[in-house]
Amino acid sequence: MADASSQTGRTLIDADRPGRLAEFWSYFRENRGAVIGLYVFTAFLLTAIFAPLLAPYDPSQQFREATLQPPVWQDGGTWAFPLGTDAVGRDMLSRLIFGARFSFFVGIVVVVVAATGGILIGLIAGFAPKWLDTLIMRLMDIILAFPSLLLALVLVAILGPTLLNAMIAIALVLQPHYVRLTRASVLSERAKDYVTSARVAGAGRVRMMFVTVLPNCLSPIIVQAALSFSTAILDAAALGFLGMGAQPPTPEWGTMLADAREFVLRAWWVVTFPGIAILVTVLAINLMGDGLRDALDPKLKRS
Amino acid sequence: MSDAATAARPVIEAENLARRYEVGGGLFREPGIVRAVEDTSFAVHAGKTLAVVGESGCGKSTLARLVTMIEAPSAGRFSIDGVEVTPERWAELRSDVQIVFQDPYGSLNLRQRVGAILEEPLKINRPRMKAAERQEKGREMMRLVGLREEHYDRYPHMFSGGQRQRIAVARALMLEPKLLVLDEPVSALDLSIQSQILNLLNDLQQRMNLAYLFISHDLSVVRHVADDILVMYLGRPVEFGPKSEIFDAPRHPYTKALISATPSADPSRRQERIKLVGELPSPLNVPPGCPFAPRCWKAEDTCRENRPRMEGAPHPAACFFPEA
Amino acid sequence: MSLLKIRNLGVEFPTAGGPFKAVDGVDVDVAAGEILAIVGESGSGKSVSMLATMGLLPWTATVTADELSFDGRDLRRMPPRERRNLIGADLAMIFQEPMSSLNPCFTVGFQIREALRKHTDLTREGRHKRCVELFEMVGIPDPERRLKAFPHQLSGGMNQRVMIAMALSCRPRLLIADEPTTALDVTIQAQILDLLTGLQKETGMGLILITHDMGVVAETAERVAVQYAGQKVEDQPVGDLFDHPHHPYTAALLAALPERATEKRLPTIPGVVPGQHDRPAGCLFSPRCKFADERCHTVPPPVQPPAIGQARCHYPLDVPAHAEQVSA
Repeated sequence: MADASSQTGRTLIDADRPGRLAEFWSYFRENRGAVIGLYVFTAFLLTAIFAPLLAPYDPSQQFREATLQPPVWQDGGTWAFPLGTDAVGRDMLSRLIFGARFSFFVGIVVVVVAATGGILIGLIAGFAPKWLDTLIMRLMDIILAFPSLLLALVLVAILGPTLLNAMIAIALVLQPHYVRLTRASVLSERAKDYVTSARVAGAGRVRMMFVTVLPNCLSPIIVQAALSFSTAILDAAALGFLGMGAQPPTPEWGTMLADAREFVLRAWWVVTFPGIAILVTVLAINLMGDGLRDALDPKLKRS
Repeated sequence: MSDAATAARPVIEAENLARRYEVGGGLFREPGIVRAVEDTSFAVHAGKTLAVVGESGCGKSTLARLVTMIEAPSAGRFSIDGVEVTPERWAELRSDVQIVFQDPYGSLNLRQRVGAILEEPLKINRPRMKAAERQEKGREMMRLVGLREEHYDRYPHMFSGGQRQRIAVARALMLEPKLLVLDEPVSALDLSIQSQILNLLNDLQQRMNLAYLFISHDLSVVRHVADDILVMYLGRPVEFGPKSEIFDAPRHPYTKALISATPSADPSRRQERIKLVGELPSPLNVPPGCPFAPRCWKAEDTCRENRPRMEGAPHPAACFFPEA
Repeated sequence: MSLLKIRNLGVEFPTAGGPFKAVDGVDVDVAAGEILAIVGESGSGKSVSMLATMGLLPWTATVTADELSFDGRDLRRMPPRERRNLIGADLAMIFQEPMSSLNPCFTVGFQIREALRKHTDLTREGRHKRCVELFEMVGIPDPERRLKAFPHQLSGGMNQRVMIAMALSCRPRLLIADEPTTALDVTIQAQILDLLTGLQKETGMGLILITHDMGVVAETAERVAVQYAGQKVEDQPVGDLFDHPHHPYTAALLAALPERATEKRLPTIPGVVPGQHDRPAGCLFSPRCKFADERCHTVPPPVQPPAIGQARCHYPLDVPAHAEQVSA
């Protein structure tokens, strides 16, 4: 015994093998779009957090003497309102900055609700007897068969048009994706030896689900979470635009677009800036999600 | 093991163990029955190694699942240390039987630290044990299998294949089992690592008086580790006996072919191999007679019609025309 | 004259932790009608060096060589088109996993005919006849029916036979078999090895057998190259290698074989193959070698002359009396 143990004892695991985080970062860094996305997302996050400090005015303060004032670089624009004002004289920049808060809030809440529910149901489906699994998956198929925005609209129509209800609706619509994803990874993980090994060690079903299997299924779920973050923002904006989400005067980007509809021809800035804000944010998050996938998906890894 | 009676009692004793699966049954189709294991009997004593040998589809992995109480047998019975095993008693018998798998990359949970991997069996089965005590046991076990205690907080991906297999062995031993099922424990390892693990297993067996059920397809390894050998073919045992008898005087033609097909690392001994024609039949339609008959060079009509039983001396073999 | 001649082959992969040298200074010579076995553990670069020869590595890999020629023709300077024609026709390769080397969407017959269409100018009927002939050659019963089968309808052994048939379809002059029997059962392994050596004798092609199994080497090879951590450490005829290994690694590897053991406790090689981050400065085997001294740890060893098995070692073992030893 002695010699075998001392011999292998000497073989050090070398210290400078890159850690998991470093490895993740090196894969992530390879994707330049993802890094740019990450920067933009960070800026977006900081804007949302420090909105009251960054915004020059209160988002609902109305400057009656300066309605529909163009941005600063156009004739008639002033530095007082760098991105112009809307129809009732509210500062666009301030509204956009505060809008980031709502978008971020929507994204977080929707992802948390959808992911928690989806992962839970997916885990149950993955471990359930065949009939329950079939029942759950067919239910998810039904939800997926509806056009997602339409379903969200119907839900909001039933629940009433508020931002909270819109978020619940979007979360419900996004949830089946998590269910399917989780179930698929659970099924593939369950076939692996370490799960059998946990069973031989006597692990109960709950322990198997949450301690043994779930942590190994997280990579694809994280990617999905990042991507559905942007979907949530987009859907919330769409609902807002249709008047089914946040209600005026909330400075939500989609709602801002809806408010400005009638001025599209006269004042391009009232629709363009919220539109660009949505576009940039969603694009950045999607790019970041792609990078996450590259870095987390072992199948795409090069050795 | 104080008195002679318990010393003589095998750690595991199985009689006519069988496991059948229904497959492919549709709405309008009769499901087929795969007989993964049929009519298998064996016994292993403390400190001894029984090797189960066979090619893919011979039922050796299913046997491991039965013995480790992951699946219940469809027929037959087995007892562990004299206690009859039934699904109700699984929980209490769990700690007596543990398993080590072939692939050290798949058998460890990559999201757990080594410490957590080692302590998990204790956490589940000895809930009243204190955390400090658990950790002490874990560290002691790491030393025992030749790993450095300092690596207690590392993740499995930082270890090499051989070291991971040591972790897997350590985890299996945490509950102080009486029987260790080794499912191809060295097949996925490099030659230079293989000998390290075989030595470790040998040392541990002597130190802890463990019984091993060593499942392998590699006869050169089996020849080194086994005391007794059970040769299986298509889910049925075909020969069961002490190692020396099996290797020196195999009675079943399949055993003979298997030994002759195993390449020997000695270029001067290139022997004429027994060439088996054909391949393994599908486990869904095992031939009615001797399952080996379609590939056997000695097969006669009776082999194709009747199923031979495990019998004869000096050790049992399932063949109508045994070699000796 | 050797059919395949490789001098100082190096393969480097960029990885997260910097460049990784998978193959380092490997020489290979195979003559027509010769069976060379390349043995090594995982990470010894045995497959990578052959994939590099075939030009089958991903673009991220950097391949360098002083010479890389097949039948006197330089593979490095050949236009890609010509190289592709050569590979598959004169140089063929079979892999470990027969199931995944065949396309599951097409029948095996279609896949062989495809190879024939690419590399020969046979007519439709000619191709079919050649397929049947090939299947008979590799011992597939009832070839007409099996040609219409999909890979998943055949067993692993049968699929490997199909792969061999496909590799042989253009009468290659060199066949590289990368762990051809590792995924197969022993009785099937015996069949496939017999088939490969039989075909090799029959056609007079060269055969490179990449394997980790010393038993397979002993039973089939004529000459053996041992690789360790990307380097060739020894090259000898099979009988001499098993009787008089010159490199300590080869000796230790042979001693560790369970079937050569004289007692229950096996001799072991301590430690593990050096990885990307812990390559020693001198001899790569020195951290695990029981004969290693200061020089081994610091100075890369020279390659000894053929009489000492081309051992890459400062202190080769079992040196014959007349042989001249070189030192670094």
